[in-house]
Amino acid sequence: MRTVVRHRLFWPAAVLVVLLLSNLISSPGFFSVTLQDGHLYGSVVDILRRAAPLILVAVGMTLVIATGGIDLSVGSVMAISGALACVRIADGAGWAVAVLAALALSLILGLWNGVLVSVIGIQPIIATLILMVAGRGIAQLITGGQIINVTDDAYRVIGAGYALAIPVSVLIAAAMVAVAVVLTRRTALGLLLQAVGGNPVASRLAGVHARRLTLLVYVFAGLCAGIAGLIYSSNVSSADSNAAGNLIELDAILAVVIGGTALTGGHFSLAGTTLGAVLIEALNVTTVTLGIPVETTLLFKAVVVVVLCLVQSATFRTLVLRRRKNAIGAPA
Amino acid sequence: MTALGTTPATNKQAPPARNRVYRPKLRQLPVLATLALLIIMYVIGTANYRGFSDTQVVLNILVDNAFLLVVAAGMTFVILTGGIDLSVGAVVALTTTLAATLLDAGWPPAVVLPAMLLGGTLFGTGMGAVIHFFKIEPFIATLAGMFLARGLALLINRNSITITDGFWTSVAQQRIRFAPGVFISSSVVVALVVVLLGAYVLAYTRFGRTVYAIGGNADSALLMGLPVGRTRIGVYAVSGFCSALGGLLLSFYMLSGYSLHAQGLELDAIAAVVIGGVLLTGGSGYLFGTVLGVLVLGLIQTILTFQGTLSSWWTRIVVGALLFAFIVLQRLVTRRVR
Repeated sequence: MRTVVRHRLFWPAAVLVVLLLSNLISSPGFFSVTLQDGHLYGSVVDILRRAAPLILVAVGMTLVIATGGIDLSVGSVMAISGALACVRIADGAGWAVAVLAALALSLILGLWNGVLVSVIGIQPIIATLILMVAGRGIAQLITGGQIINVTDDAYRVIGAGYALAIPVSVLIAAAMVAVAVVLTRRTALGLLLQAVGGNPVASRLAGVHARRLTLLVYVFAGLCAGIAGLIYSSNVSSADSNAAGNLIELDAILAVVIGGTALTGGHFSLAGTTLGAVLIEALNVTTVTLGIPVETTLLFKAVVVVVLCLVQSATFRTLVLRRRKNAIGAPA
Repeated sequence: MTALGTTPATNKQAPPARNRVYRPKLRQLPVLATLALLIIMYVIGTANYRGFSDTQVVLNILVDNAFLLVVAAGMTFVILTGGIDLSVGAVVALTTTLAATLLDAGWPPAVVLPAMLLGGTLFGTGMGAVIHFFKIEPFIATLAGMFLARGLALLINRNSITITDGFWTSVAQQRIRFAPGVFISSSVVVALVVVLLGAYVLAYTRFGRTVYAIGGNADSALLMGLPVGRTRIGVYAVSGFCSALGGLLLSFYMLSGYSLHAQGLELDAIAAVVIGGVLLTGGSGYLFGTVLGVLVLGLIQTILTFQGTLSSWWTRIVVGALLFAFIVLQRLVTRRVR
């Protein structure tokens, strides 16, 4: 029991379970999953489907944060990727061409961030701020300031379709998580990333190509954000440069922090991040089913951030522990 | 003998000849670059668009951006210590919402105004305390503050609240006229006073020196016996105060309180500070630079308005490009110093 409670992911998992269970109050059939026309339907499936873009973005963010960096531009990259895909399709290109073009552009944008951080040596938060500010402008430039609506059934499958009874977006997210896990845990890549995050100078002296690795994680984060942008725009069959990925960078960072990855870099948990992303989406769904005003989710997020950061803060922990020890040790 | 003795003294008084030609200090370079950019933009504007050279065009930039100027001034303090404050936009929104709600409930302006300023200051102090005592990264602590403030504002009222208070409307309409058709609003006066006060504090007080010292190297500052904790909390309090004041100025400008006011204002403020030549890692920069940064942002918008055919999204792209240019410039400058 004690080892279970002590586990890194115990608290986020507990919060997720409580959140899901609290849905039973207003909708007793919350957990029922039905198979209809060969598609899985149900609130739980819906949470996963809605969480797919966030999971993707957060997984990319996790690797960036593992190297001690941060990527603020993911929301803008989402908007650009969705915009380019929709505009290409509206111009009459096939969906595959459009998707490939969008992904290629996302890779380039990721490369841009990576070059700024690793080659020019700008602080990550500042380097990615540039694309965060300019990105939405670029997305609007691509769409001409319009909301582009597309009617392409094949494209719609990415965000709203089903395969093997499971939503395609969930499958894509799961595949990317699997790729990230295999790359970082089955090869030495994960270890090297942690080394770079733990101490860039020491890792470079130890022969790790810190610069190349840093470049790589930003490219990966760009790719993840690009795919997330495709899922988002495909799900609503349109490209909205302002709404796509709005504030998702903050949610993604939140998911990473909830998952137990320290913002200072050095160690990371992809499972934790996925859990964190699902938790955030479950929170959004729960507030709706419970009839709580949607605005309170922001307050809740604030509380979660504060509590999690306090728990992670060494000073706070020693402060609390000392007090507890005093209380036990005090004679009267 | 006497000649030997007097030489150092004369050397001290008379500056060396090479200094006769004005050579800017390296850390002033970004500010001068911004100033040059501003002048070039203005010249291009006046050359291409009729009516651009009108004095009121320049004054309108101040009128439209008075609240941004105040918020960016607060942000400058925080960034000079090497921190960041993401909560400013949300605090502005919360201030407008809360002020409008209280005025609507019949509270007198004489109570609402100080209450808002005090509230903003306390909010900033709280975040500063969390950052300092629990060693939480400013980015995360102020992110939580942003969620909290925006959430509270939404909780108070989701809709836009019109302000009909007599004092508010009279301040909103008040114009300080220099000549027929040449005027500024009272918000501009407030903003300029804040900037002058801020510049004075940064340049001539112990608090200001400590701010630069922390930004330069917090550990050294601590070892020097400077009040690092108090100052670090202080800059977030200043930023909170400036955000609340900016919120009040925005509520004068808009005559409404709305929880979705000032979305993305934190980005504008950070952009203004960076374009103004303040080093984002802290320790170097001037409040005067921030003023220039705000003016550059305002001038971009004015040029786009005069151009007419260019769409609004070019603002963001141009601001992004400028950010890039200035960050790379800073990088080069700091590299040469080291």
